[in-house]
Amino acid sequence: MAKQVEEKEDVVIRFAGDSGDGMQLTGDRFTSATAVLGNDLATLPDFPAEIRAPAGTVHGVSAFQIHFASEHIMTPGDHPNVLVAMNPAALKAELESVEKGGTVIVNEDAFVQRNLEKAGYTRNPLDDGTLDGYQVYRVPMTSITVRAVEELGLSRKEAERAKNMFALGLVSWMYGRPVEVTLDWLHRKFGDKPQVFDANVAAFKAGYNFGETTEVFAHSYRVKPAPAEPGMYRNVSGATALAWGLVAAGERSGLPLFYASYPITPASELLHELSRLKNFGVRTLQAEDEIAAANVALGASFAGQLGVTGTSGPGMDLKAETLGLAVMLELPMVVVDVQRAGPSTGMPTKTEQTDLLLAMFGRHGESPIPIVAACSPANCFDAAVEACRIAVKYRTPVVLLSDTFLGNSSEPWRIPDIESLPEIDPGFATGPNAGTEFLPYLRDGNLARPWAVPGTPGLRHQIGGLEKDETGSISYDPHNHERMVRMRAAKVEKIADGIPPLEVDDPGGDATLLVLGWGSSYGTIRAAARRVRERGRKVATAHMYHLNPFPKNTGDVLRAYERVLVPETNTGQLAMLVRAKYLVDAKTYSKVQGMPIFAEELENAILEVMQA
Amino acid sequence: MSDVENTGGVGRTDGVGTLSKKDFTSEREVRWCPGCGDYAILATVQSFMPELGISPDNTVFVSGIGCSGRFTYYMDTYGVHGIHGRAPALATGIAAARPDLNVWVVTGDGDALSIGGNHIIHALRRNVNIKILMFNNQIYGLTKGQYSPTSEEGKVTKSTPFGSLDHPFNPIALALGAEATFVARSIDNDRQHLTQVLRQAAAHRGAAFVEIYQNCIVFNDGAFDLLREKAQGVHNQIRLEHGKPIIFDEGKQCISVGDNGRLVITDVESTPPERIIVHDVHVRPSLAFALAHTSPWPTEPTCIGVFREVERPVYGEAMEHQIEAATERLGKGDLAKLLHSGDTWTVN
Repeated sequence: MAKQVEEKEDVVIRFAGDSGDGMQLTGDRFTSATAVLGNDLATLPDFPAEIRAPAGTVHGVSAFQIHFASEHIMTPGDHPNVLVAMNPAALKAELESVEKGGTVIVNEDAFVQRNLEKAGYTRNPLDDGTLDGYQVYRVPMTSITVRAVEELGLSRKEAERAKNMFALGLVSWMYGRPVEVTLDWLHRKFGDKPQVFDANVAAFKAGYNFGETTEVFAHSYRVKPAPAEPGMYRNVSGATALAWGLVAAGERSGLPLFYASYPITPASELLHELSRLKNFGVRTLQAEDEIAAANVALGASFAGQLGVTGTSGPGMDLKAETLGLAVMLELPMVVVDVQRAGPSTGMPTKTEQTDLLLAMFGRHGESPIPIVAACSPANCFDAAVEACRIAVKYRTPVVLLSDTFLGNSSEPWRIPDIESLPEIDPGFATGPNAGTEFLPYLRDGNLARPWAVPGTPGLRHQIGGLEKDETGSISYDPHNHERMVRMRAAKVEKIADGIPPLEVDDPGGDATLLVLGWGSSYGTIRAAARRVRERGRKVATAHMYHLNPFPKNTGDVLRAYERVLVPETNTGQLAMLVRAKYLVDAKTYSKVQGMPIFAEELENAILEVMQA
Repeated sequence: MSDVENTGGVGRTDGVGTLSKKDFTSEREVRWCPGCGDYAILATVQSFMPELGISPDNTVFVSGIGCSGRFTYYMDTYGVHGIHGRAPALATGIAAARPDLNVWVVTGDGDALSIGGNHIIHALRRNVNIKILMFNNQIYGLTKGQYSPTSEEGKVTKSTPFGSLDHPFNPIALALGAEATFVARSIDNDRQHLTQVLRQAAAHRGAAFVEIYQNCIVFNDGAFDLLREKAQGVHNQIRLEHGKPIIFDEGKQCISVGDNGRLVITDVESTPPERIIVHDVHVRPSLAFALAHTSPWPTEPTCIGVFREVERPVYGEAMEHQIEAATERLGKGDLAKLLHSGDTWTVN
């Protein structure tokens, strides 16, 4: 008998298991199938820093959350409706976040004495009332998987490894995900290893069929495609989008991309992505340290290429002196900071927006640097192009802020037409700019100095960290120094002439509270505002992509509202900047837990501010 | 820019007319202390560059911080004066991006071996096509006289009034340990010898490390007198020449294999000829390393010249070859295709 299909508008599923259980892969494949179905979606991988934390322990749990819907969504979801727990540790770590009355699917085979002990359970939570009130499905995933692959002659260990595909198959059935997407992928991935391929397919199908044929599950669900602008879509993670944005900027500028970086979590993803793109002419160099990486990138820029370096918090500290040199040399350079929880080593795999003030002020001397911040995984592409555009046009280092959450998360992305991307003109100097002479610090209308690359006849010049005058000669003249300090600041300020005004989302036009955000809190802010508006309350939102300089209308926007609330996963960095610059009484909503702010939390915070 | 043929070690040969010292000399007033060894090195380098036949337009000098750092301003080439210790990294970016350029790094003992120690060893092991001139004056001059990583033990300076406790680096041994493909030493005031070493460094494909003993007249005067002063130098300079027996002191002394297998300085007269070392720059680094330690400090007879020269793939070129090979294998990258790779779907 055909099972009932129930319609759902949006669903949050969290796959959780041991680090070695393949949960990231399971989540990733479920995401692909969901994307192809046309649902809007957002994902949040969440894994420990340890490569292989002790198996079966709570701190070895690796999880992947996906939120998908038939409407436009903005966040990976606050509370999962469904938890797939592959072992007791996963249940222990994740149950708290599951919505009350939510669905819990457990791999029953894993709930044996030894695993229960490792997870810190004294009694079996499947039997002791821990799961009262939840919809619990106990599925012997391991044993069914082993039986399903029995004939393939795998060792027991190898057979068990396929259980994540069983889980994927089961959940794919529950939510009507297309099986072809997963089967095609398995074919691409394991086509040349028939035994592994067969085992994964068998496990996946066993999971799918288990849902369909056994009486354990009475329903399956359907989530209709979300309305979206016409176009060709793909799912993309922030790390990939950012890497591709850099490649696109290289293409639009005609400058070879040179990416130098030192391995660091989570920015290494960028190095990996770009290292694969050698046939795009991308040069990548894994430097001996963070300082070298920055200098190599700056050297490449001096030589006439698009020099980019990438890192995370601790690496930013180390690059500071080189950034100061880049400010002085006035050469194009982009520094990507995939922010992570600090200070010091902090929590390397956890997200945070705590480097804004570092990007803004973290160098000695008056050392202004433009800052661009990506607001969503897909937006990392545009942000990368924008950072490169500013760097090249204004001959300046630019800090591009991403964060762990953006880098690891993914969302559907309408693939842009490359011709629609901004053109970037390197505008190399080709001849003298002052009669028969070449003055390396003579400025154009944007206050940018000429970029004369080695090999250009007659434009030999020497630049360096020492203060210079227009001619490029070292100068200790007090007035020259003041003029150059103000000139460098004015140049950065001038960037505001070429960036769009701060856009406000205020549907009725009469809200009195503005929620101002930057970076990865974009989705949360939009989602929270929608919830507040659904309650019949009015709230405006605005989001900053350019953090230095701010859009020109920022002061006017802020002053137009009685109250300004700035949600940040730091202790109030943007709030400090706007208070200082515009003398507005911006209030901070702060969360510093190594994870994004949830829409529900911000909704409550907004309502509280309204009541105050 | 990069359509010019690469000719290896010296970057490239331009179709430039005859060049002269003047073509490499900037108009800036040179401001080292009167009598500083840097003047002599600058004059030698400026005089030597024309013979490479490379236009100053295709030449880049990169320096770090310290007295040596000012060198870039005095060369009429492209130049970057970077931050303390990082010149090899900056130059790596330049040389890797543009193998067609003729790139030189000027650094000092503090810049290269203390704050920049990490960069120098990695530039050498990568064999980046840069020629590193390390001016070794065994002191921090620009900061007014603290001991440096090459100062001798017990050195009394402003920061070590009771004597330095640090054991110094042997720069030649360090470069050899870092797998450098070209390692040499010369002396600031010996124009002919320095020119010859520069010539060999320029001809080398890849990274060249040249230590130049340089007298700091203000804070460490006379540190190299044993070698620099003509009267003493005649007896104490051990001039290494590939393929020739290592004999010095007007033919009176030599480096030979001692009874225990170690290299020792002996009288030629009492040394069986087969025991005298014949210098070979191409063999395993152990000979060069032993020579570096035969006289570890310039307070005794010391080797100068090329210690070692071997061939290895050059970093920037290897990078280009990898790009070419990847392009050949995968086809020239197509951005639109990349963005559409993997699973896509269409919304109408």
